Amino acid sequence: MADDKSNAAAYWSANLRLIFGSLIVWALVSYGFAILLRPLLAGIPVGGTDLGFWFAQQGSILTFIAIIFHYAWRMNKLDEKYGLGE
Amino acid sequence: MSQFAINLLFVGASFALYIGIAIWARAGSTKDFYVAGGGVHPVTNGMATAADWMSAASFISMAGLLASGGYFASSFLMGWTGGYVLLAMLLAPYLRKFGKFTVPDFIGDRFYSGAARNIAVVCLIVASVTYVIGQMSGAGVAFSRFLEISNTAGIWIAALIVFLYAVFGGMKGITYTQVAQYVVLIIAYTIPAIFIAMQLTGNPIPMFGLFSTHEASGVPLLEKLNTVVSELGFREYTADIDNKLNMFLFTLSLMFGTAGLPHVIIRFFTVPKVADARWSAGWALVFIALLYLTAPAVGSMARLNLITTVYPEAAGQVEDYDAAMRDAIEYEERPDWVKTWEETGLITFEDKNNDGRIQFYNDKSEEFASIAEARGWNGSELSVNNDILVLANPEIANLPPWVIGLIAAGGIAAALSTAAGLLLAISSAVSHDLIKKTFKPDITEKGEMLAARISMAAAILVATYLGLNPPGFAAQTVALAFGIAAASIFPALMMGIFSVTMNNKGAVAGMLAGLLTTLVYIFTYKGWLFIPGTNTLPDNVDNWILGVSPLSFGAIGAVINFAVAFIVAKSTDAPPAEIREMVESVRYPKGAGAAQDH
Repeated sequence: MADDKSNAAAYWSANLRLIFGSLIVWALVSYGFAILLRPLLAGIPVGGTDLGFWFAQQGSILTFIAIIFHYAWRMNKLDEKYGLGE
Repeated sequence: MSQFAINLLFVGASFALYIGIAIWARAGSTKDFYVAGGGVHPVTNGMATAADWMSAASFISMAGLLASGGYFASSFLMGWTGGYVLLAMLLAPYLRKFGKFTVPDFIGDRFYSGAARNIAVVCLIVASVTYVIGQMSGAGVAFSRFLEISNTAGIWIAALIVFLYAVFGGMKGITYTQVAQYVVLIIAYTIPAIFIAMQLTGNPIPMFGLFSTHEASGVPLLEKLNTVVSELGFREYTADIDNKLNMFLFTLSLMFGTAGLPHVIIRFFTVPKVADARWSAGWALVFIALLYLTAPAVGSMARLNLITTVYPEAAGQVEDYDAAMRDAIEYEERPDWVKTWEETGLITFEDKNNDGRIQFYNDKSEEFASIAEARGWNGSELSVNNDILVLANPEIANLPPWVIGLIAAGGIAAALSTAAGLLLAISSAVSHDLIKKTFKPDITEKGEMLAARISMAAAILVATYLGLNPPGFAAQTVALAFGIAAASIFPALMMGIFSVTMNNKGAVAGMLAGLLTTLVYIFTYKGWLFIPGTNTLPDNVDNWILGVSPLSFGAIGAVINFAVAFIVAKSTDAPPAEIREMVESVRYPKGAGAAQDH
């Protein structure tokens, strides 16, 4: 029982670490590159405008898709590793 | 064949398809009705979620918002997609594991509180009803424009079709019709966009075309657009903005709101396993992105097309923009699509300086006034409703009549699919959370099913009535829907999953605090209960606290919700042991089983 408990706790903290890392990327591409840090990226030209504009209109959305699929893939591995999948 | 006959054919064929699916997917049990039997494939559910999510507003209005808003409007793109990252990691898998039918069900059980359940029901109904009004009137507009019938008749037809497949099929019927509706709407949206991208940039993929070279002028498309709009006194399209705080909070509010909208969350109750809920959120975003990555291209290209229609000399390589802008098109030589849309009143022209030409520029800009005067302009003479950009695209690009028929079917599909999802969320909250859980716990499954169907029919009647008699504040209410979802539902769900110690009193106090502060902030600027003239402060950036718009306040409401909930929870009794066990069990996929009632 104690093993089960610590196993479950390890699974949950691995999940929280993964969520935390994913949210950093999520915030960096949207609130960072596309909004607050846009002036810093103004020098990098992309198709008639700058990299910040590209992140605001396309880059963030593409990154969001990658984050979700990466999370789903890693969580399936964790489910298996800790024997907590269905 | 006339355009009318073609439109009728496309719309009629799409309706026949939806009704055929409805007959095939009748609901036999409450589980079928609420969660489509819990056996929907994650990719199928992703596609249905995309149709559920993309409303008449996404289909018809978003390109126009982007075209007129430029860089700031990117908030809509990021906000309405970034919410799915939160859903996939913070909500969907755990709520699927919990295995109940509705969002208030989770909140009521997790916080062992009838009050929490009822606050959630009220939030859900207010958010969903305000949202559904726009869908009904959107469907009405599409019908009246393309099928030459009155707006009223259009709304009644839309109500009848939704009634047929939602009341009989429940979530099961809605899921499979939404898949068909997604296919119709995405084809309708992308075909004209591909042709326009080809014409302007030679690149058939609109999202790449947006950052390619504008063939007629040889400079990048966005650079060309920046130049022509600033020659007419508008802000540069890609120009950065000063009020970053507001853009930050607006995007965050849209993300929290997206993750907290009940009609989206309940779609993830329909997949067989927890792992499927995670994949499904990814697929939903893929299908949504197909449209959301196309929309900014449609918006910017349509704006360029509109300007070069008015100022043909500004289209190619231009040495002297001042001369090009003086040489505006003569009104008598305007293209046919302008004439078509003038008949609907969505494009209007008034020759203010009596020169027989069309002048279209920013007459609100004080810096530009002297240039306009020097050119002999006496005010902008053309007014164009933003909503027509997508609908007029096939005509602007000279596409064959069947593409217009497709757009008609696509616009109606977008409106119907979202309306059906919202109506299901409303009716399940009424029949399951109010009738079964609150007033009549001994109701039989058959009785609950009947109650669900009757509340669905009643919800459709209310939505139809509001669609026919839209309250004057209809346009404002989207802020309300997102504000409520962001400030009250999203934080409650998150704390229910991620905090073992959050108790009933904390959750109720947090939800009320988030909800009330958000409502007060919105009503202060938009009018109390949206009654015109009752606003306490004028709704403009000078009066907003720290420049935060009422539309951006949901994120702050959410923070208030979290803070109040934790303070109250700290000073009151911890939740009982069985609730702690429940929270633990929600966190691990093992033993999820199918979505069930008990």
